[in-house]
Amino acid sequence: MADGPAPTKETIEAVWRIESARVIGGLVRVVRDLSLAEDLAQEALLAALERWPQTGVPDNPGAWLTTVAKNRAMDHLRRSRMLERAHSTIQGEAFKSVDSREIESDVDESVGDDLLRLVVIACHPVLSKDARVALTLRLLGGLTTDEIARAFLVTEATIAQRIVRAKRTLTEARVPFDVPRGQDLASRLPSVFEVVYLIFNEGYAATRGEDWMRVELCEDALRLGRIVAALVPDNAEAHGLLALMELHASRANARIGPSGEPILLLDQDRSRWDPRLVHGGLAVLARAESLARPLGPYTLQAAIAACHARARSAGETDWKRIVALYDALVEITQSPLVELNRAIAVGMEFGPAVALELVDGLVDDPALKDYHLLPSVRGDLLYKLGRLDEAGGEFARAAAMTQNAREREFLLGRARACG
Amino acid sequence: MRFLITAASDPEASGTDGPPDDETFTAYMRFNEEMHRAGVLIASEGLNPARKGARVGISKGKRTVLDGPFAESKELVGGFYLIEVPSLEEAVQWALRCPVGLGTADVLTIHPMTEPSDIPPQYLEMIRKAAPTWSEAFRGKRG
Repeated sequence: MADGPAPTKETIEAVWRIESARVIGGLVRVVRDLSLAEDLAQEALLAALERWPQTGVPDNPGAWLTTVAKNRAMDHLRRSRMLERAHSTIQGEAFKSVDSREIESDVDESVGDDLLRLVVIACHPVLSKDARVALTLRLLGGLTTDEIARAFLVTEATIAQRIVRAKRTLTEARVPFDVPRGQDLASRLPSVFEVVYLIFNEGYAATRGEDWMRVELCEDALRLGRIVAALVPDNAEAHGLLALMELHASRANARIGPSGEPILLLDQDRSRWDPRLVHGGLAVLARAESLARPLGPYTLQAAIAACHARARSAGETDWKRIVALYDALVEITQSPLVELNRAIAVGMEFGPAVALELVDGLVDDPALKDYHLLPSVRGDLLYKLGRLDEAGGEFARAAAMTQNAREREFLLGRARACG
Repeated sequence: MRFLITAASDPEASGTDGPPDDETFTAYMRFNEEMHRAGVLIASEGLNPARKGARVGISKGKRTVLDGPFAESKELVGGFYLIEVPSLEEAVQWALRCPVGLGTADVLTIHPMTEPSDIPPQYLEMIRKAAPTWSEAFRGKRG
């Protein structure tokens, strides 16, 4: 035990954040039931909150938490065996295939596999995106229900219910607990990447609320991205995703003005980009590119972000290369959203008239019907072409469509500037 | 938040400048691996014993080499970790896991690092003017 002042609740929660994924991961392997594993881990956390203020944090807190959880599992096992004859319970079901020796086995054995199992279960395609995000932050990120609720500006009850429902869905779908390998694993990873990137984007371009960014959520996503990249070190896209997030995060300080208003990429003061994240992002991108044949969607997006990172000023941006990277990205994703971004790059290289033609080809796309960036981009191109009346109308339309207060102000400002 | 964790040890206790024993070395490598897998480790380096180094200071208004190589020295910095975690509490908890054991009086210091958002805007212009190539080079290799 570390000598010193008695650990506070904050200290114990910090320990929990470090240990929880491994503790839960190890328990899932043994009890093969996510709900039960998490309940057991929560019981262990409560025990820690009760005992550590008196005893101090033990030398190996992870082992302590695991031992307590395993003891609780043994209690549950005995109880459910007694209950088994009377009536079958979910816990009874879960324990049917488990014997006490397994519970006593070394939970520390295969941490990597335990985390991988946990992440593919939390990101299982049977779950809704919201459920996957909440479960991943809770199980892998070690966030409390309250922290997740605050990050997503919903009530704690909403998140708690979402997690309970997600766990029930996983149980009902009888999701297997084997660690996927090879092709199986490869097919599960896109859902994992998607969840991590969703978390990042919710922090980076908050879709709701007063603030333009929620930095803590970006940091959680970066941490998850690093965990995933370490779990599948030979996967190019895991590194591509991490590079993409680091390069975007490098601009965090430059994309918000003094009164909280958004500043567009090309107007940003590039000396405010975080050199550590630029440097790190470029290095991780190099690793992704060396592993990829051909480049996948995250690596391509990271390569585009890298073009901006390498340009000393907006005027020095290599738009030709960006257009070429977008060509490859459009081919893979077939996404109208990507085509919209490609059109912006085309506009920078070949002028707003060519770009407007491309954007006009997208206005009837149902996927972009409610997307505020479409009128926003159209407005910008019309503005550059001197068609101010039409531009103002597009900015006003975009302002009415966004749900972010800061962005709405910004778009209304642009509308006013048109006339 | 980023934190720099530095390890300082007492040279009198360690006795030699030789590499750590296998057990200590393995423990350090496990610690590195654990932080890497947890997604918190940004960078880490080891430093050779400071007694092989030197110290420069200002003495009577003049810059002088004060000392070194040292026969012995207090406050040997054995290495550093740069980690990114949400709170000082978590940084402290990681530091507590470090298998310090190269000396008997090992001390880990946890420094919060200056974040770009901590730099006052007026400094940015000064950085650009005073260190034009450094600020460029530091941002990354350009293509």
